Amino acid sequence: MKPMRSLLASAAVLALTGTGALAERGSDGQVNILYWQAVSILNPYLSGGTKETHASSVVLEPLVHYDPDGNMVPILVDEIPTVENGGVSEDLKSITWKLKEGILWSDGTPLTAEDVVFSGEYCTHPEGGCSSASFFTDVESFEALDDLTVKITFSVAKPFPYGPFVGAEVPILQKAQFKDCMGAKAPECTEQNFYPIGTGPFVVKEFKANDTIVYEANPNYRDPAKPAFQTVLFKGGGDAASAARAVLETGEFDYAWNLQVEPEILSQMAAAGKGEVMSSFGTNVERLMVNLTAVDPSLGPDLRSVYADGTNPHPFLSDPAVRRALSLAIDRDIIVEIGYGAAGKVTCNVLPAPEIYASTANDWCKTQDVAKANQLLDEAGWVRGSDGIREKDGVRLSILFQTSTNSVRQGTQALIKQMWAEIGVETELRNIEAAVFFGGDQSSPDTFQKFMSDIEMYTNNFPGTDPEQYMANWACTEIPGPNNQWLGDNVPRFCDPAYDALVQELAVTAGLDARAEIAKKLNDMLMDFGAMIPLVHRGNVSARSLTLGGVAMTSWDSEIWNIADWYRIK
Amino acid sequence: MTEAVNGSSTARPTREKQRSLWGDVWIQFRAHRGAMVGVVVFTVIVLAVVFGPMIHTVDPTYADYRARNVSPSLDHPFGTDNLGRDMFAQVLAGGRVTLAVGFTAMAITITLGTLIGMLAGYFRRLDGVLMRMTDMFLALPQIPLLLVIMLVFRDSLRSLFGPEAGIFLLIVFVIGITTWMQTARIVRGEVLAIKEREFVLAAKSIGTREHRILLRHILPNVLSPIMVSATIGIANAIITESALSFLGLGFPPDFPTWGRLVVDGKDFMDLTPARVIWPGLAISLTVLSVNFIGDGLRDALDPRIRGR
Repeated sequence: MKPMRSLLASAAVLALTGTGALAERGSDGQVNILYWQAVSILNPYLSGGTKETHASSVVLEPLVHYDPDGNMVPILVDEIPTVENGGVSEDLKSITWKLKEGILWSDGTPLTAEDVVFSGEYCTHPEGGCSSASFFTDVESFEALDDLTVKITFSVAKPFPYGPFVGAEVPILQKAQFKDCMGAKAPECTEQNFYPIGTGPFVVKEFKANDTIVYEANPNYRDPAKPAFQTVLFKGGGDAASAARAVLETGEFDYAWNLQVEPEILSQMAAAGKGEVMSSFGTNVERLMVNLTAVDPSLGPDLRSVYADGTNPHPFLSDPAVRRALSLAIDRDIIVEIGYGAAGKVTCNVLPAPEIYASTANDWCKTQDVAKANQLLDEAGWVRGSDGIREKDGVRLSILFQTSTNSVRQGTQALIKQMWAEIGVETELRNIEAAVFFGGDQSSPDTFQKFMSDIEMYTNNFPGTDPEQYMANWACTEIPGPNNQWLGDNVPRFCDPAYDALVQELAVTAGLDARAEIAKKLNDMLMDFGAMIPLVHRGNVSARSLTLGGVAMTSWDSEIWNIADWYRIK
Repeated sequence: MTEAVNGSSTARPTREKQRSLWGDVWIQFRAHRGAMVGVVVFTVIVLAVVFGPMIHTVDPTYADYRARNVSPSLDHPFGTDNLGRDMFAQVLAGGRVTLAVGFTAMAITITLGTLIGMLAGYFRRLDGVLMRMTDMFLALPQIPLLLVIMLVFRDSLRSLFGPEAGIFLLIVFVIGITTWMQTARIVRGEVLAIKEREFVLAAKSIGTREHRILLRHILPNVLSPIMVSATIGIANAIITESALSFLGLGFPPDFPTWGRLVVDGKDFMDLTPARVIWPGLAISLTVLSVNFIGDGLRDALDPRIRGR
């Protein structure tokens, strides 16, 4: 046994050193990446889209990335500042980053603290419309102490100061290139936004908006042996199923992203033996949003789905018994099994991860209990009419349930309709084209923020690992309505002063355990109230070719954050 | 013997007298083999769709979780989909909706198209106005127009007629008013040629009223292009309906139509081919048989071909 093991070990060492010695920049040719949503811009500050963030992470780098476990990995710095090593001040009001020495931009000029300061000012410019602005909440100033040292000062104590420049959404831009693109001029700088100069492993060679991007290895990249690939072809467009097929069955592409396809289809494609399906769990939760305001079409635009200080309650979803019964009637195991497979887990929380934030107080929802749901409705006075649908005081439990067009979602809709029929709830289904549903167009009534239905279903998550911003989504001030151009995040129109107070408390609490305690409490308040009905903790699903090595897919950052380490398995 | 011969010879002229236009059409139509096959296939489809659900009484929307992606069997003649819904029941239920949409929309298209085409072709005063209106409708991009109409009228129709009937009316209406233009143009062209012919002149000279001329003399002569338009119109309506369903603007997602069944099943083509084969075959057979029927009718209605 022992000789065998040492043999294996030496083989492994050989293999490692072998690739190390052989590896040379650009020696592995081209890697083909397929995103079925095409990329429109390569500046993540100007687009909140996941695809743009990922595509630009090949070129632009933040100070720190998150690895698959949600740990911070220093990229442009040598170490993560903490209170212990003096990088974060005692009063938690400032953080000081020290850049790695000798890092060059792809045009050959050195990266300096000025670039970092500039990037911060670029995004926090009041006229800029920066989509990553929430990463810079409470930042008072950016300061270059010397060529390689940056100090960020906050106006309040920041127990979690790793917002600015951590993660692919907030990379460092080159001041020399972007200095004329501040504020309102930012979207007009086409050349800069399409061909940003970065410190990453590749540079943009050709960019066709909403179609293809070609990258080339960065000649000035800090590690002379990387990247292993000479070029990257980043193709956009198509749909999830054909993207999966291109990697798993035909092998035309090496990597495909976001494959929300029925599990049996994926496993059948994977059986072709050309590729592998990968999943990683971040904070994605597929949930039902419960509309707590009335949406009757007869109400008119000023009142329909508008909170109006609580004067416009939903005729039956404002009854806690109904909300609880709707959740109890759902068999989440079946939904996971049919729609998600290995890419989903049953969850009863909107805040399912990281581990320390995951509450167990709501696990009653994990098992379907139709009898209990029926009993709750009976007790609340909802009696079945002649057609089996419950009603009270002339109000029928008849739900309009909308979501985006996607075959998994339509399957889930059909299942939930059937489950709700068992407790005497009638459901009408509606699906809306994803571009409209998530488009945020002010003039369309079909956006998820306007929420012109009783229940709607979609997935949401938060970037990074700290839930403070995410949990603040359900504060009263975040309720979307005509007064804020329907831009709030509090889609269920939930409003509870006690919740808002707790959100305030989270913002000033230090220490991970104490923060976790509050975050769990917030989650439990939402779940107990039933403002949302969580269904599935969704993993991100991507596929890689079996000949592509070095992939470390993460849900906490850009999936292709470590593309510099990718290589061809020969 | 002689009497018998006499009898038959006297009977013949009376039978000849009873021959009507539609009798002749029917005789000619029966001689068209393709059209007769079309009639048989189409009748079978209509009967299956109308009476099938009374025999195969499975609820098309009921998801039986334990029987998912099942191959065809006695319980499930076409197998089940990935939620465990019976495909046979879905194809039957879908056929009702699809055929209803196809025929109603076609009827609207043909009525509008023929009316406008005949008026424009016959009355010079109306020609300019009606044809510019046709051009205007042709210039409207169909899908964006559909989206706008859907958004504007969906909620009010839904509250008036309920979700299914409201959407049905809307879809049929929308397809009808966006596809009549080709028919109108073809009919106008034919009418322009026919109204200069001698028999129309003859009718005019004996003082026949204009609506009589249009209905009695011109309409039968332009029936053949109308028939062809009608058959194409059905196919077009079925396809437009599935495109709308695909965009999420058609019927609710749990409301099966043939177009939607094909769209939903396309990803499962390798796993359960029955999911696309049956509804696809149903669409093809319906469109094909209607085309053949139209072809036969056209031949039968054309007096120059009839009797050859």
